[in-house]
Order: sequence, then C-alpha cells, then structure tokens
Amino acid sequence: MTTTDKTLDEVLTLAATHFKVPRQKLTPDDDFFKTLSIDSLQALDLLTKLENHFRIELPDYELQGVSDFRTLASRIQARL
Amino acid sequence: MNQFNGQTLSWEVKGFVVELALHHAPCNEIGSATLEDLERFVAAMGAAESEAHALIIYSQLKPGFCAGADLRELYRRSSEMAPPEAVKGVRNYLERIHRVMNAIDASPLTTIAAVHGVTFGGGFELALTCDLIIADKMARFCFPELRLGLIPGFGGIPRLKRDLGNAVVRDLLLTGRSFNATKAQQIGLVSQVVGEGEALKAARATAAQLAKFDRRTAAAAKKFIKPVPDEELKREIDLFCELFTRPAVEAGLRKFVESTEALSYLP
Repeated sequence: MTTTDKTLDEVLTLAATHFKVPRQKLTPDDDFFKTLSIDSLQALDLLTKLENHFRIELPDYELQGVSDFRTLASRIQARL
Repeated sequence: MNQFNGQTLSWEVKGFVVELALHHAPCNEIGSATLEDLERFVAAMGAAESEAHALIIYSQLKPGFCAGADLRELYRRSSEMAPPEAVKGVRNYLERIHRVMNAIDASPLTTIAAVHGVTFGGGFELALTCDLIIADKMARFCFPELRLGLIPGFGGIPRLKRDLGNAVVRDLLLTGRSFNATKAQQIGLVSQVVGEGEALKAARATAAQLAKFDRRTAAAAKKFIKPVPDEELKREIDLFCELFTRPAVEAGLRKFVESTEALSYLP
C-alpha cells in the first residue's frame, strides 16, 4: 500500500468509526456529506478528528468544494 | 443567586462554585433571549461573589459551546427596519452584550470556560472573557465574521490582543479559519486540553484547586493581571456599527441565512 493509499484508508476507517457507519460501505469517491449524512457542524467534527489523528493543521478553507474521501485524503497527504 | 432555570441557560451555586450552563438549541446562538438571560445572570452574580470563588461556563448541548451571535435573528430584525434604525438597534444590542461580557471579564471570581465543539464568533468571545479556557480535544475556535463584512462585535479582538500575540490575532481574524484545541493550546489561548466529554470535569477539578487559595488575594491578582480593555472595546462597537451600514453586510447575512451549502459557515 502506498503512503497515499494508507492515508486514504485511515481517513475512511476514521470516518466510519466516528460516524458509526460500516467501513465496507465507504468508498474513496463517495460524497462524504451524503454517505455519512452529516451537516456542516459534523463536518467540523470530522476535520478535528482528522487533524488530531494525523497531527496536522488543515485550514478549513482548503476543504471548500471537497466532498469525496479521495480528495480529502490528498489534502491531508499534502500536509504530512 | 442559588439557582435559576431560564429559557436559554441555567445557573446553580454548587459549594463555592457557580456553574452557568448554556442550553439554547441548536448551538447556544446569542440572540435577544440569551442576552436577557445573561443580563439576569450578571445582575445576580454580585450576590454570589461574596460566597463563591469560581465560575464555570459550559454548554449542555452536543454541537458545542456556542456558535456565536444569532445571525438569523439579526438579519430578520435589521431587515424589518430602516438602516438608521437598524444601526441604532445593533448599537444598543452591542452595548448590552458588552456590559455582560465586561462584568464576567472583571468578576472577582476566577472564571473558567469549559468548551467543546463549536466555539465560534460570539461564543469564542464569551470564552475569552474567562480567566481560563479548558478545552475538550474536539473544540474548535473561529472568528468567521469577515465573511459577513463585519468584525467580531462582542469584544473579541481587544480581548484576544490582550491575551495573545498580534500575529495570531491577525491569522484568526483575517483568514477566518478555525483552530483546533491543540493549536489553541500551542498559541496560549487554552490552558488545558482534555479528552472528549471531559472539559467540565476538568474545570470542576480546577475550581476545587482554586478553593485552596485566599479569595481576596486571587481577586486582587486577577485585577492586577487582567485589565478590561475599555477604550478598545468602545472603539470596537463604533467600528462594528460603521461597517454594519454597508451593503456587503446585508448581502453576507442574507447569504448565510439562505445558504443550503454543506459548509455554509466557511468564509
């Protein structure tokens, strides 16, 4: 598994755990707002979880327009 | 002072600690109802100051500590008025909220904000009135006001300037980005970061520690180290009211109120 794939896998696992969704239901190109049925406040929770997990800062404006796990993981990867 | 259960908040004196609990759904937005309850609290606080040594402010709601001013109410009320009347109404509201914030800021009690989740705008400003901020690791802090064409209006900038370096203030204010609790602790804003759901417990433990000290000495130390930045607070109200008359504000508020975007809070 490449580093990018590993990051993506960790994002999917973390999202599944936090929002109590079966991990196998999540795929990299899913729209996470729809798949996880989350609103903007819950999206903030996800951002905080990701920042804490990867020990990075991810400015929230970098997530504008981002709605799929793959792009989200690439944004994280750029900060690792 | 012993107990009050209001529409938006409650307070109770537990031992030597006053606990102020926010519970106005969805996320403790500060509109006229919360302001009235906060005014009741501040009026009653004087009586508690003779018997208590600490105040803890926290939220009972899951989304967070406080999402800030009630922008929907602000938009609705201001759009019903002619611009000069709307500015007059906003100034009156700001002067009232400043009196509340200043009273908490200058209270002889040692004050602790126990925060989790969303601590944005006016909610962040409420936390900044406190002597200590204890944050759940899921807390986030943000000043998103610039996207509305405004500046924070509840005393946030003068209090941040008092507490932190100017570069950090500029980062928060000019980018509108949110900081997590770890970052907030690194820059000196937060005194303790604790696990999820543990902020109130940690605040109570801290308040118990404070009870070991002479109350008058603690109050004198606080007064010495934490002056209320009165002049800048007055200028903040003037600047806010000046900016409020611009069309960009009406457009920004309308966009927020009517937005169906998933991340509508983002600048």
